[in-house]
Amino acid sequence: MKKLILSLLGGASLLVAQNSAQAQISITGAGSTFDYPALTKWFEAYGKTDSNVRFNYQSIGSGGGIKNLMNQTVDFGASDAPMKDEDLAKAPGKILHLPIVAGGVAIIYNLPGNPKLKLDGETLAGIYLGNITKWNDAKIAALNPGLTLPDTSIIPVHRADGSGTSFIFTDYLSSVNPAWANTVGKGASVKWPAGIGLAAKGSEGVAGQVKQLPGAIGYAELAYANQNKIPFADMKNSSGNFISPDPASVSAALATAKIPDDFRFSMVNAPGEKAYPIAGPSWVLVYAKQKNAANGKQLVAFLKWAVTEGQKLSADLDYAPLPENVQQRELKLLDTIKY
Amino acid sequence: MNQPDKQPTANGGQQFGDTAFKWLTLAMALAVFVLIALIGYELFKGSHLALQKFGWHFLTSSEWDPVNDEYGAWPFIFGTVVSSVIALVIAVPISVATAVYLTELAPQWLRQPLTMFIELLAAVPSVILGLWGIFVMVPWLRVALFPWLQKYFGFLPLFQGPIYGVSMLAGGIIVAIMIIPIITSVSREILRSVPGLQREAAYALGATRWEVTRIAVLSYAKKGLFGAVILGLGRALGETMAVTMVIGNTPQVVKSLFAPGYTLASVIANEFNEASGDMYPSALFEIGLVLLGVTVLVNIFAQLLLKTFAGPSVKPQH
Repeated sequence: MKKLILSLLGGASLLVAQNSAQAQISITGAGSTFDYPALTKWFEAYGKTDSNVRFNYQSIGSGGGIKNLMNQTVDFGASDAPMKDEDLAKAPGKILHLPIVAGGVAIIYNLPGNPKLKLDGETLAGIYLGNITKWNDAKIAALNPGLTLPDTSIIPVHRADGSGTSFIFTDYLSSVNPAWANTVGKGASVKWPAGIGLAAKGSEGVAGQVKQLPGAIGYAELAYANQNKIPFADMKNSSGNFISPDPASVSAALATAKIPDDFRFSMVNAPGEKAYPIAGPSWVLVYAKQKNAANGKQLVAFLKWAVTEGQKLSADLDYAPLPENVQQRELKLLDTIKY
Repeated sequence: MNQPDKQPTANGGQQFGDTAFKWLTLAMALAVFVLIALIGYELFKGSHLALQKFGWHFLTSSEWDPVNDEYGAWPFIFGTVVSSVIALVIAVPISVATAVYLTELAPQWLRQPLTMFIELLAAVPSVILGLWGIFVMVPWLRVALFPWLQKYFGFLPLFQGPIYGVSMLAGGIIVAIMIIPIITSVSREILRSVPGLQREAAYALGATRWEVTRIAVLSYAKKGLFGAVILGLGRALGETMAVTMVIGNTPQVVKSLFAPGYTLASVIANEFNEASGDMYPSALFEIGLVLLGVTVLVNIFAQLLLKTFAGPSVKPQH
């Protein structure tokens, strides 16, 4: 009898769940894989406060996210690089950029004894351009007094797949080194200088190569380097301080970066005493005029929550929380969205 | 009509069945053709921007620069062909020898388990093999096999230059592992279909076991074995995930097999997700078109090779 009641209860609650599911609003998004962990965590937490909304996010990459948004097949897109002017002009409506997370890119390396390395942008560009080929090069030694560096070849490793991490990394090298800006430039995929080092697929691939190859150097999201206990370098910032990447130092960069009103900005080499120089924001892209009022309302409510309350959660995932002033500016922008 | 099994041929219903069967199978066969034509058309449509801008130059250019929208496929074509050739050079002798052992020499009780193991190898997902490649095979290649090759065969340009582990050769070896099961399985079926009479006739003439295998079995099955190799080659050309993980993904054309390379399939897998703008995805579509073209060309070439070498004499006599 008890069993029967229980199963009846179960059936009833299932029915209730189904009924409320029908009344739910489903919001779809697509884009960046970098945002995916943060968004997933937010969807779960936000779902507890508002059970009327359900999210579906496809982490198909920034390029795909922008394409889907422009074809209006999703409610929002997410991208690690701001949209280009020509793409914005082609879109069927005005698109807003909303930074939702920011992350640092750690410079990882494999040296005997795992010494704590200090590097600057000039040297890093020299390594990836193939001008600095040995670990005991005078330029590296000058940055690391007291360290004895081996006379071995430096093997630079980069991402083979198009990635927001590569975008931040090449954006940084372009901003500190004119030769890099002129010959390579910045992008999710670039033409890496020929015959120098090798490329691996995904952060796990780069980290795997760096871990295995003595003398290798590479780059990966801070979260990835942290979780896998790979040594990473302190980078010299524009104030001349050597800064270790962590959520606080990336937040410091966000606080001092110049952010225009359309939020399309780069935060590499940001001023500020404690700012970590190799970092970048990731954006959610939404139309300023929402086609579907019900979805639009829910989406704006969620985004308001994400840029304020959500920030506390994303720090657990090694993302840098948005500083207060940026949060306030984004809330104002969200208020301008019409449905 | 009521007793169709008694009059199987002189029956209208049966004739209708035959006709329907014929058309149905024709439709199925055509579906394959239509599918390939559609793939070709879609690739062509997707790549028209790149086709217009680069023309034939796309095939010979070594430039791959997404920042400045300059694209060329030559290093990827080179990498695809070279890694596939390496794979065949390694896989064909192993596969054919395994198939010969399984059909001609192995004791009965061993045949089934061995066959099962080979088919199990075919069931390993590509990405798992790739991870194994990164974490097990590549380190071993770097510290053991490659230095050894360099020491004894270093005079060849193929084995010169710095050793990273990930390389064109590593890509070829991974592909070889992936195509061994298919070549072995098909070869085994073909060798099994060689009539026993062939062998008995050869034995009757006083041939040794090796001679029987060589003259009566292998040369009889030459054409079929060649087909097995072509099947393997088809798979090798398109293999993506595992190769991407160990080949080093560097678009360059160099002599050394120790240097990293890149394949057509890998660059699509790596870069399509984040390809933005118009020209970049279009160039990747054209890479797909080139891959289709390379596959077709290689198959045609192989068919011609088969005609020249095999000749009409080894046609199975029924």
